[in-house]
Amino acid sequence: MLQEVFDVIVTTLRMVVGITIIMAVFLLVSMGLSYLHGLYARGRGAAKGYTSLKTVTFGDESAVTANRFASVAAIVTIFLLWCIATGSSLIPTVLPPPFVGETEFEYTARNAQGDTDTATVFVQVYGSDAERPDKPESMPLGEGFAKNDYVQIVERRTKVLKAQNNDEGGKEDGYEVIEINGTPVTREETVPFGKGEIYMTKQGSLSVRPSTGLTMEALYLPPPEKVWSSFITLNKEGYQGVGLWENVFWSLIRVVIGFSLGCLFGIPLGFAMGLNSWLRGWFDPIVEFMRPVPPLALIPLVIIWFGIGEQGKISLLFLAALWIMTIAARAGVSGVNISKVHAAYSLGATRRQLLSKVILPNSLPEIFTGARVAMGVCWGTVVAAELVAAEKGAGKMIIAASKFSLTDIVIIGIIIIGVIGYGIDVLMRMAENKLVPWKGRG
Amino acid sequence: MTGLVIDDVSMTFELPNGGNVEALKNINLQINEGELLSVLGPSGCGKTTLLNILAGFLAPTDGTMSMNGHAITGPHSERGMVFQQGALFEWMNVAKNIGFGPKMKGTPQAEIDAKVTELLGIVGLQDFAEKMIYEMSGGMQQRVALARCLANDPDIILMDEPLGALDALTREKMQSLVLDIWKKTGKTIILITHSVEEALLLGERLLVMAPRPGRVHKEYNLPFAEMGVGADLREVKRHPDFGPKRDEILSMIWDMEEEIMGRTESA
Repeated sequence: MLQEVFDVIVTTLRMVVGITIIMAVFLLVSMGLSYLHGLYARGRGAAKGYTSLKTVTFGDESAVTANRFASVAAIVTIFLLWCIATGSSLIPTVLPPPFVGETEFEYTARNAQGDTDTATVFVQVYGSDAERPDKPESMPLGEGFAKNDYVQIVERRTKVLKAQNNDEGGKEDGYEVIEINGTPVTREETVPFGKGEIYMTKQGSLSVRPSTGLTMEALYLPPPEKVWSSFITLNKEGYQGVGLWENVFWSLIRVVIGFSLGCLFGIPLGFAMGLNSWLRGWFDPIVEFMRPVPPLALIPLVIIWFGIGEQGKISLLFLAALWIMTIAARAGVSGVNISKVHAAYSLGATRRQLLSKVILPNSLPEIFTGARVAMGVCWGTVVAAELVAAEKGAGKMIIAASKFSLTDIVIIGIIIIGVIGYGIDVLMRMAENKLVPWKGRG
Repeated sequence: MTGLVIDDVSMTFELPNGGNVEALKNINLQINEGELLSVLGPSGCGKTTLLNILAGFLAPTDGTMSMNGHAITGPHSERGMVFQQGALFEWMNVAKNIGFGPKMKGTPQAEIDAKVTELLGIVGLQDFAEKMIYEMSGGMQQRVALARCLANDPDIILMDEPLGALDALTREKMQSLVLDIWKKTGKTIILITHSVEEALLLGERLLVMAPRPGRVHKEYNLPFAEMGVGADLREVKRHPDFGPKRDEILSMIWDMEEEIMGRTESA
């Protein structure tokens, strides 16, 4: 227990170092570009308008607007870092790539009689996504008792070679490889050779490790062009028989239905709680209890109750949206300025008219804020629910792909999920500006 | 009996700590039709409470009120209210705000439109019918509030510091407007204010209230409102009686505040 806690602390500290380094690199690039942009913008009258005349800008939030150039530059920077880290073919090589191609090394062996002889090992390293090349028909075995060998290795992988197997007397006791390229070697020792290194195992075999370079393996992070080509294929053929957009469509349809149900019941519930003491008391414990329960924690229960079909997921999203909308509507009612209510009654409004003409429109800004939050939560929840159990959906697609180490599909899925989540928020904000233009200006 | 009758009204709040606040004590008042009454007093004298009781938003702990012979039990469109600010409906444009009352009563749209046009003229907002509330200045918003109240054709208009949030210049214009409306429509108006000048200018009758318990301290009958109709209000302020009256009332309120402060300090 104590050891585990200690390990967690060590991991955390290592993460702090790692995050600091990543942030530092990113910020250094940012500072450099900021300086260059400053040089470019100077003398061009880039800043115009009232804000540009403010002398106090540090601390004045209204004077801080997002620099669009910086936003674009940040995206380009991330893309470039991605290209560099994966050794993308879109940009010139920055980090050394893993070795691919043909190379060779010599080994010197001593047989049981104490004679020595040298032979060559031909190494062919081929790319992980390339076909395995054919072995040469014939290969000169060389003279002497040590015979030449030939080995094929996938890039970044290691292969154990028993070089002595085809040597004359290689299986006798006392037969030993003693040098690699003229460097003495003993068991459990590593010796470099031209394009990598060789480790001699306990049993005296040679473990050939071609140089892995510094770029990331596609298994962990595929280069952009590979992701793009997978995207094209995915778009055409889908994954596991389900089209890419069909997956996205199913996720969206669940969100829309679950969210709509949440609004349909949550808003009246919130109004009821805002307008009636008994109903507020009645629903208060339920709402206050359910509000802090993350929807994800309900997934197991929902699966037990409804199975993995659509009903389960829609119920989950309904529950995710319901409490948010209830609380938003309740806040909307309590946010009505009492003067407005008094004014409406003095002008002869009935209760029903007050509800539809004053309280409902007056709580729209709050309801929209709640709806934006609810939509975000629903979108996150649907993806998580699909990760657990689903037949179709964006989450299902990425979890299935991850089981087959199809990192490119996982990344495509994540990008699409992010873009759609952002798109939903933009649409909600546009609807908000259109429908409640008085928000924040009352 | 016509007009508004306040018969021995008292209002006592219970405090959470068990104490009592006598916001109003034994108020007796008769307000006749067409009267312009201004109510003045230091903060805490219960003038807003009194107005809320008249409007029907609060029930007094004691006493009764009647309007044109029937008891006041809740808000009613016969008693229009103009609030300090924030009571307009931001989701409606100016015309819809003004037409709200008639619309709630189911008045035909053509009739509402005619009424709204007429009222826009009275408050000087002819060109602003389609504007949204949040696009207008504070003074214009209060004009809309006045028009909205008038659209319902109430028997009495209750004004709760309607000009309190306006700057001095706008305020002066609005004071003239209130006088104009009073004269043109002949409505009974009760106006609460904490400005002595405003109370003098806009009160045919002026009540000075005193706090703890909230009560009517002194009552004046004044000629200035009548003079101010259609005239320059600055002219009225230069009237030889105006300055002394203002100073008298100011020192009266000053004394009340001193008394409260003294009492608080000794307590």
